[in-house]
Amino acid sequence: MNLRFYLLRRIALIVPTLIGLSILTFSIARLVPGDPVGLAAGPQATEEIKEALRREFGLDQPLPVQYINYMSGLFRGDWGQSLYTRRDVLPDLRTFWPATLELTTIAVIIATLLGVPAGVISAMYRNRLPDHIARILSLFFVSFPAFWLAMIFQTWFGRDLGMFPINKRLPVLVAPPPTTTGLFLIDSLIQLDFETFFISLKHIFIPSLVLSFSAFASITRITRASMVEALEKDFVRMERAIGIPYRIIIFKYVLRNAFIATITVISLNFGWLMAGAILIETIFDWPGLGLYAVHASLSLDFQPIMGIAFLYGVVFSLINILTDMVYGILDPRIRYG
Amino acid sequence: MAESDKRKTSIRDEARSARWENIARGLYRFRSNRLSMIGLLMLIFILLVAIFAPIIAPYPEDAAGKTRVMERLQPPSEDFVFGTDKIGRDIFSRVVMGTGLALQVGTIIILLATTIGVTIGAIAGYAGGWIDDILMRITDIFLTVPALVLAIAISAALGKGIINAMIGISLVWWPGFARLTRSLVLSLREEPFVEAAFGIGAGHMRIIFRHILPNAVSPIIIKMTTDFGFAVLTAAALGFIGLGAQPPTPEWGAMINDGRRYFPDEWWIATFPGLAIWLMVFSWNLIGDGLRDVLDPRARR
Repeated sequence: MNLRFYLLRRIALIVPTLIGLSILTFSIARLVPGDPVGLAAGPQATEEIKEALRREFGLDQPLPVQYINYMSGLFRGDWGQSLYTRRDVLPDLRTFWPATLELTTIAVIIATLLGVPAGVISAMYRNRLPDHIARILSLFFVSFPAFWLAMIFQTWFGRDLGMFPINKRLPVLVAPPPTTTGLFLIDSLIQLDFETFFISLKHIFIPSLVLSFSAFASITRITRASMVEALEKDFVRMERAIGIPYRIIIFKYVLRNAFIATITVISLNFGWLMAGAILIETIFDWPGLGLYAVHASLSLDFQPIMGIAFLYGVVFSLINILTDMVYGILDPRIRYG
Repeated sequence: MAESDKRKTSIRDEARSARWENIARGLYRFRSNRLSMIGLLMLIFILLVAIFAPIIAPYPEDAAGKTRVMERLQPPSEDFVFGTDKIGRDIFSRVVMGTGLALQVGTIIILLATTIGVTIGAIAGYAGGWIDDILMRITDIFLTVPALVLAIAISAALGKGIINAMIGISLVWWPGFARLTRSLVLSLREEPFVEAAFGIGAGHMRIIFRHILPNAVSPIIIKMTTDFGFAVLTAAALGFIGLGAQPPTPEWGAMINDGRRYFPDEWWIATFPGLAIWLMVFSWNLIGDGLRDVLDPRARR
């Protein structure tokens, strides 16, 4: 009961933020020097054609009216239309979004699987060799431009070693699993189609590995710092004194205490990686939001850009709420209210 | 009168010497951190390359887009250490000539973001109440969308080009600084020396700039250093997408985009600018890591 009330309140609280966000995206799209209509209509377009386009997209109305239209559209599920493809933005987002979500989720899982153990080892061997190595490695990898590393990995693992596919979510000849979630990995499991599952796992591995590198350093650092802090707590000293094996203390008690700060950083990284995916997708021809966003931004097609920014805002806010829920699972002392 | 003057200066001197002692201790700690010293040496190397770029680069005119069609797509050789690109420009010269640009881009983004962020954060933290509420809600709106997405949207709206990309990135980079400064100001505001300054009639501006902000400098500098590398990365990403620097500017991200079509057969076009970005970002990250240890006692354990 308490939890449900808390959830409802949190969700209600993101509404003002999203309204603010809609004002921001609207201002970015409308108060700009570029002339999207002129670009979309092409160089030969007459004034009349441009005027008609403007009327069609409601760009001839005063700005406040345009904003009201835009915002009420957002709530009704009408996120506008692309100036170029003439397709509605929301269905397009629905098509592309699962690919990005899948890529980002796997990347976050990889970053966690690499980063948390690295942080734990760093904390256990504080200021000794393993700690230094973990620190150097995480700084080393986070400094690469991800889009560049993506090209290198694509060539190494895809072309030279032939271990992994070069691009896309599935080979042309493999039919995607019937859409339930749009996440190929989950959809194929639902169908018990293990072959497709493994093929898509192979496709997603390298892109998500590259993407995960940018999250590795921050996850390692926060895990190390909070582990070190937790290791100095009195309960650890007590547990050691009564002879509980060090390994059990670390993994059963300290890690759980240290994980709260780590969860925060992981969830922040989820949002950042979702943005980083934009760059990775262009390299691996991954049919997600990234390719869509890059194309739209290069051609000043503003409805899709506004749609993407807004979608990211919604997802990011929901992830924050989800994170707070996880805190409660990890730390029973936290009460919602 | 003379007596009190003397005492005043001696207190001042003491305060100053204490501050110097802190700085000296910090420098010592920074110097004893081998990794950060390596980072610093790398950065000095990068600075020297940037300063002497026209002397180091064998073909400085290639940065402006001179073409050498007969020698297009040449692999690395004695004449062209990093090879040549699709119109025969020397990659090595372009990477060297782009170093200064990358440093400038990072500096401008970080300075703009710090100025906006620190001002907003200081006002919000000092004023409190509804001013704080409004400023922090605006900050939150910027933080709901990952920086890269907003930066792409803003720089697309402003139009392609390196200046617009820098403006776009700075406009999404300040909220982190605002949050940080606000939290620092919130705790410093309650310190007795602020109360004392207020008690002897110092104005708000004087209190903020002379008494509060000087004590908040360390964390802000750490953030500036650690963010520098990532700002360079983001600018390169925009260049790579095609929103940032336009040809023939020797911007590293745009050069990678240029070489993408020729990768991996003519691998050198994209590889060397990528390594240059990595070197720059890595050096800043090493320095930032060391500074964090020096200035933040909680992290140093």
